[in-house]
Amino acid sequence: MKSMKQIDIVIIGGGPAGMAAAVGAKEAGCDNILILERDTMLGGILNQCIHNGFGLHMFKEELTGPEYAQRYMDQVEALAIPYKLNTMVLDISPDKVVTAVNPEDGLMQIQAKAVILAMGCRERPRGAINIEGTRCAGIYTAGTAQKYVNMNGYMPGKEVVVLGSGDIGLIMARRMTLEGAKVKAVVELMPYSGGLKRNIAQCLDDYDIPLHYSHTVTNIKGRERVESVTIAKVDASLRPIPGTEQEIPCDTLLLSVGLLPENELSQSAGVELSPITGGPVVNESLETELDGVFACGNVLHVHDLVDYVSEESYAAGQNAAAYATGRQFTGDRIPLRPRDGVRYTVPSAINPDNIDKFAIVRFRVDNIYRDRDLAVYFGENRVMKKRKQILAPGEMETLRIPKSWFEENTGCDAITIRLEA
Amino acid sequence: MQMYDVVIIGAGVTGCAIARELSRYRLRTAVLEQHGDVSMGTTKANSAIVHAGYDAKPGTVKAQMNIAGNPMFDQLSKELDFPFKRIGSLILCFDEASMPELEKLLERGRQNGVPGLEIIDRKRLLEMEPHIGDKAVAALYAPTGGIVCPYEMTIALAENAAVNGVEFFLGQEVQAIAKTDAGFVVETQDSRYETKLLINAAGVFADDIHNMLSADKLSIRPRSGQYILMDKVVGNLVSHTLFQLPNEMGKGILVTPTVDGNLLMGPTAVDIDDKLDLATRREQYESILKAAALSVDSIPTRQAITAFTGLRAHSTTDDFIIGYAKDVPGLLDVAGIESPGLTSAPAIGVYVAKLVGERLPLEANPAFIPTREGIKKFRDMTREEQDDAIRANPRYGKIICRCETISEAEIVEAIHRPLGARDLDGVKRRTRSGMGRCQGGFCSPQVAAILSRELDIPLTDITKAGGNSRILVGRNKEI
Repeated sequence: MKSMKQIDIVIIGGGPAGMAAAVGAKEAGCDNILILERDTMLGGILNQCIHNGFGLHMFKEELTGPEYAQRYMDQVEALAIPYKLNTMVLDISPDKVVTAVNPEDGLMQIQAKAVILAMGCRERPRGAINIEGTRCAGIYTAGTAQKYVNMNGYMPGKEVVVLGSGDIGLIMARRMTLEGAKVKAVVELMPYSGGLKRNIAQCLDDYDIPLHYSHTVTNIKGRERVESVTIAKVDASLRPIPGTEQEIPCDTLLLSVGLLPENELSQSAGVELSPITGGPVVNESLETELDGVFACGNVLHVHDLVDYVSEESYAAGQNAAAYATGRQFTGDRIPLRPRDGVRYTVPSAINPDNIDKFAIVRFRVDNIYRDRDLAVYFGENRVMKKRKQILAPGEMETLRIPKSWFEENTGCDAITIRLEA
Repeated sequence: MQMYDVVIIGAGVTGCAIARELSRYRLRTAVLEQHGDVSMGTTKANSAIVHAGYDAKPGTVKAQMNIAGNPMFDQLSKELDFPFKRIGSLILCFDEASMPELEKLLERGRQNGVPGLEIIDRKRLLEMEPHIGDKAVAALYAPTGGIVCPYEMTIALAENAAVNGVEFFLGQEVQAIAKTDAGFVVETQDSRYETKLLINAAGVFADDIHNMLSADKLSIRPRSGQYILMDKVVGNLVSHTLFQLPNEMGKGILVTPTVDGNLLMGPTAVDIDDKLDLATRREQYESILKAAALSVDSIPTRQAITAFTGLRAHSTTDDFIIGYAKDVPGLLDVAGIESPGLTSAPAIGVYVAKLVGERLPLEANPAFIPTREGIKKFRDMTREEQDDAIRANPRYGKIICRCETISEAEIVEAIHRPLGARDLDGVKRRTRSGMGRCQGGFCSPQVAAILSRELDIPLTDITKAGGNSRILVGRNKEI
């Protein structure tokens, strides 16, 4: 084992979040950066997202996932930001010693001044949702199927049922169809989709793939390979209604039943997690409760558009660079309180001293809401009321809170964000 | 056709323990297994407990084998390098009215000769298990209870038996058996095996094998048991195996840490007819959670990573059936091996070898190697050892399974060992790749690619668990 390396900013993960964070840090003046990526190339999950629709906000054009990733890989190369591939981080200590391995360097221990968590998320597996039935071949998470099809060029099945109408499920319903499979149904537990509206139109409607809301898979049959799945309607408490079962012969079940921020490393470092998002609790500077440890992208909270991952991560990189040169993001913070339909906010607290012109607050709602006011209160004082035609859990909302509101409401003890009729 | 001295049908923990024991002697032994791997029946899905021995009725074969088997684990697990921890068991009592039953269990345990048994009160229970359920008033403490990894143990036994000369024939489903003057001819779908003695260790199929030859019929009724496995982040919720007072269907729902650091709860107990029915059921899932909630104060339901079902080979006689069939000379049944079968397996091996010795001369095998080294686990190495391992073999530096920290070196070794892995589940049981919280979402495409490369077979031939369980159906646009 070599002696411990000193690096200003170690970025865990070279996907869209890690790359944008690296660019942000570099452009803020930090030269001593290292990205650690476990895969064989930078880009993360974008590499297997060969469909288009990326970059509309960031680049004002429509790119495929690999094209979007390439834009950032080019910046990483142009800015000569160092990275290591095939490198797995095994541990992050509370005092920011990062332990990692790869085949060439063996075991590395790096003392970082700042760490940026950018590990992304993983898919919930079958066991997490407890579907009855056999444990045969032919059951894949949508992302695993996407890897087989888009990266390896192999089809995991011919006749497919998709459980969950999250974006990956919708995208894979279309991809499987385009590659020659028959997608017999997309089944969604909730009375609404967790995916983007545009994906329902472009991935299902355009291919006449039926979408069953308020349905779930109640059984999987098949000894060696899936032979059929049974779907059933669910009641208001999401329990299958007896008598509504319908058996669909198929050889494949794809699961798109939610994403979980991948924070086992964060936990090893002692980072506090939000029970709602599954990601670290962060302040306005995207710094966790552990000084100098920042988080961005899907490890922080699951996004639906990569453009916002890039924007958020660039900011995290800039803040980490400031921290590495001595800036502290401590001080008094005003907590944010999500209420009445608002499920969570990121960040969870704001120190107005640390914001420049405005603070960005991202949040999701907990149900479908039509014609509601989105209201922001500083203490008892309502500073904003904005009519929203529709709000859905599948679409992340962004709110910019100008610095002036803080100046006009000094002494306020909490900021409430809520929906009003 | 060559003549075997002994053919064992079934490569579960019982068959493999017998095979390993017989490999101490100069015998020509073969093991026939219908699945493509060892440890595929009852052995791969059970509570993974080394029972102390208080539960079996005094005087039964179960009690005898349990008591003999339990103390063998310390040495055996060292010799064969499989994980075993003697963590102790607690049998919880939830109301004062049931205390006499707990006393009865204590008495039965003492009669069986279980060492160290004592009844402890709630205060001491809380010290030992801070998360114990509110209703637990007392417990029977059995310090000799332990936990083991049943498939790693079985793979270890099988590998060691194979190294010592036992021939394994996997994927061989016995279709017919003929009694001859010299012994038996066993016919599988594509081969015939002639043998002097035939050992029936076929688990839930042991009655089918026995009844092919004997007029004195045997009946094994599969008793289905479902389990829930939880993530390692809650593996330390309990530190002993927590049982509840047993009932006529078994030992009730347990909550236990596993040797790998997960939390396991189950099993249910439902008698079924279909010997291949491994389906999980929602109502059983819920009944496990409900029962487990008695034992521990808060069940971390969100940490469930998988549910699975195993079948116990329950004999209608309610005891192990170990011995020569009365009307078929040379047919040695080892049937009805349900709980405490895993605990008993090492003792059954020794006992069955003795029975074989009644019919065949047992001469020591001078080449017998008692030890076996397991796959060196990257995750268990110190940092220095990890660094050294990568320098010696760079594939240790390529982590394939991120949840369990399994390197490519371990996966490649699992494929090339004796009786090596041939499919995703085979790699999983040997390395734990895919057993973590993402359940193979990230690593399975990589493991499939490694299997394809190392076995030099097309990716489309890679299966989840042998047979027709292919994971890919063809090239894009060509299906």
